[in-house]
Amino acid sequence: MNFDFSDDQRLLQDAVRTMLAETSTSQAVREVLEGRASHCAAAWRNLIEMGAVAAAVPEQYGGAGLGHLELCLVAEEAGRHLAAVPLSSSFYLAAEALLRAGSEAQKRHWLPRIASGEVVATAALGSRERYRAPAPLAFDGETLTGTSPALADGGIAGLAVLRVGGELVLAGLAGAGVSREPVPTLDPTRPLAEIRFERAPAERLPTADAAAVAARVLDGAAVLLAFEQVGGAARILEQTRDYALERKAFGRQIGSFQALKHKMADIYAAIELARVHAYYGAWALSSDAPELPRAAAAARVAATRAYVVAAEEGIELHGGIGFTWEMDCHLHYRRARHLGQLIGSEHAWRARLADALIEEAA
Amino acid sequence: MDFRDTPEEAAFRAEVRAWLEANGNKRSRPDEVFGEGLDDAARLAAAKAWQAKKAAAGYAAITWPKEAGGRGGTAMQQVIYQQEEAAYLVPGMIFEISIGMGLPTVMTWAAPELKARFLRPGLAGEEIWCQLFSEPGAGSDTGGVRTRAVKDGEDWIVNGQKVWTSGAHFCDYGILLTRTDWDKPKQEGLTMFIVDMKAPGVEVRPIHQMSGDAEFNEVFFTDVRIPDRYRLGPECGGWKVMLSTLMQERLSVGGNLPTDLHEHLIALARKCEWEDRDGGPRPAIEDARVRARIADAYLQQKGVELIIARGLTAISKGKAPGPEMSITKLVAAKAMQDIAAFALELAGPEGLIGHQALGGDWRYMQRLWLSSPGARLGGGTDEILRNVIAERVLGLPGEIRSDRKLPFRELERA
Repeated sequence: MNFDFSDDQRLLQDAVRTMLAETSTSQAVREVLEGRASHCAAAWRNLIEMGAVAAAVPEQYGGAGLGHLELCLVAEEAGRHLAAVPLSSSFYLAAEALLRAGSEAQKRHWLPRIASGEVVATAALGSRERYRAPAPLAFDGETLTGTSPALADGGIAGLAVLRVGGELVLAGLAGAGVSREPVPTLDPTRPLAEIRFERAPAERLPTADAAAVAARVLDGAAVLLAFEQVGGAARILEQTRDYALERKAFGRQIGSFQALKHKMADIYAAIELARVHAYYGAWALSSDAPELPRAAAAARVAATRAYVVAAEEGIELHGGIGFTWEMDCHLHYRRARHLGQLIGSEHAWRARLADALIEEAA
Repeated sequence: MDFRDTPEEAAFRAEVRAWLEANGNKRSRPDEVFGEGLDDAARLAAAKAWQAKKAAAGYAAITWPKEAGGRGGTAMQQVIYQQEEAAYLVPGMIFEISIGMGLPTVMTWAAPELKARFLRPGLAGEEIWCQLFSEPGAGSDTGGVRTRAVKDGEDWIVNGQKVWTSGAHFCDYGILLTRTDWDKPKQEGLTMFIVDMKAPGVEVRPIHQMSGDAEFNEVFFTDVRIPDRYRLGPECGGWKVMLSTLMQERLSVGGNLPTDLHEHLIALARKCEWEDRDGGPRPAIEDARVRARIADAYLQQKGVELIIARGLTAISKGKAPGPEMSITKLVAAKAMQDIAAFALELAGPEGLIGHQALGGDWRYMQRLWLSSPGARLGGGTDEILRNVIAERVLGLPGEIRSDRKLPFRELERA
């Protein structure tokens, strides 16, 4: 039984944690929150230079060639420090889609650029939930036309992997025929943009089964996002605990009231359940186990709930001060929402989990 | 990261498996229990025979030192044995208190001649032990016990009442927490003894549980005489002795939590029909509401299983399990209740019919539903466990208490 990360993997995590504690400060994240920066450039640069974010990109394509377990721990720290960086778009989604479905030439061209941070990449691989049906993207084999309405990090991305009908399409965003418009977002520290394509040059990712590749990439992203969620949830619980030790009311530390203690105990339980589901997902992802769809869906649902409850109750337990702009509580409240819906809500993933369980029990 | 045994663990597992195959009987259905169809006396005799066999093979107390009759093995070997034994029809609870609480307390605190007297027969199942801490007025607040022990020459005379004593009706000895000094604060006036459960003045009455079972007892002590050499630890050192007993529980990683409840739920949902606003009826298993609850059931119980896997990983590396282990009972017991209740709801009004008339498929979930309130209480209520997590894991302040410093006698008056 070895259901834990190795000492070397923990060392990498510690290094990332130390670096992000210095560069992804509340002040730095607020530069993005308040629109003075598109992302946290110092943290992003350091994550690239440490080889941390390209942990799962093979060395032949310019990555660190470590693996997904390492990337999971990087994700946990990014979540902990609310890193305002294009990590999920570039590395959980776009790079993974390229690795799984790209031609050798596409991989050789793009992956080293993504790994070095020269190009930020993003992806829209389809969601089971929608509101407005956008003008559908159309791909004629050479050019792309239509609109992608809410592309994560679309404001700074130079490359996108898009699901167009039954195909996966690779589109450069820097060239002719592409225009972009930032959209207001509930979590401005992970911005979205609307991208319009008008006969923009694009090419196919040569895969026979785009749906299967998309599902596999989304499963991996669910696991990695779960680590971000667990990291963020643990951090806001710690901050809430610290505040409850400091703040006094009715002549006592508010953290001595059972109403607060028991709530925090329940949040802790939710986080630790989410953490082990995330670990199990990490195991399934890194070993390419057949359990991955079930493990990823479970990690997604458990971690989404844990972060949402930790963030919501974090504000509640702080009281009035938690409702102010100056406190970081709302950064977690926003980030929990962003991470929990970015690749589809917990409801869609819970349905996917039930599908897997019932199929296995057949 | 993997779920495989180390080569040493795999070798031990193979050895255990071979021994169990040669000596045990496998379960034929998941809820089959040891000694079904036997009367109490015959079941007890069969249980003792199994324990004797297990002890002779060196599996009764794997982690104990060899000089105490154990194997001198590792905690991981203990876990592996339990995992393998779980597939067999073995007496579950009967020896659990002996091996898990009574005998370790004797081993830590008793004089050498008492260890020589008690450890071997206890391990071999010839004598069975119970634990006598809780009282009607001292449940979660164990420090409030009122069972009185008064010194009389070389003996102590004990009067009082204990409650929730597992197996007292078939036990031979118990570890008994008493109050010997009423002028000291509550936790400082306690003394622990070994008590002979067959001694004159000991009366055991079964407690009729809401589930219909009677696993626990009330035990009444009337002028029961205990020799001073049966005292465990110093006079008024009983609180520390009790904590050492309860610490043993920390090692019993794994427990007996069911890991297949969502599968039971799936099986029952395939047999029921639900209507929704699109009409129906359709198999309940196709209903999105049912599927969501199946997913929830899995999230809880698989989560607990994985937390235990983390604990085992620590044990396998020779480390102590992490603080996350403290949530397992809290989560598992409530999950059992929720899952069982939803299983009953699958059948709507028909789900109110007892399994004797509704069918054997329903027996397991109906019994689980009736036993789960006890699971939420035993070994610490949900509320006490939340306090423990809040204080020991999160570092929040302890409860404000007015009873810590006062002599117990004054608390009684107030």
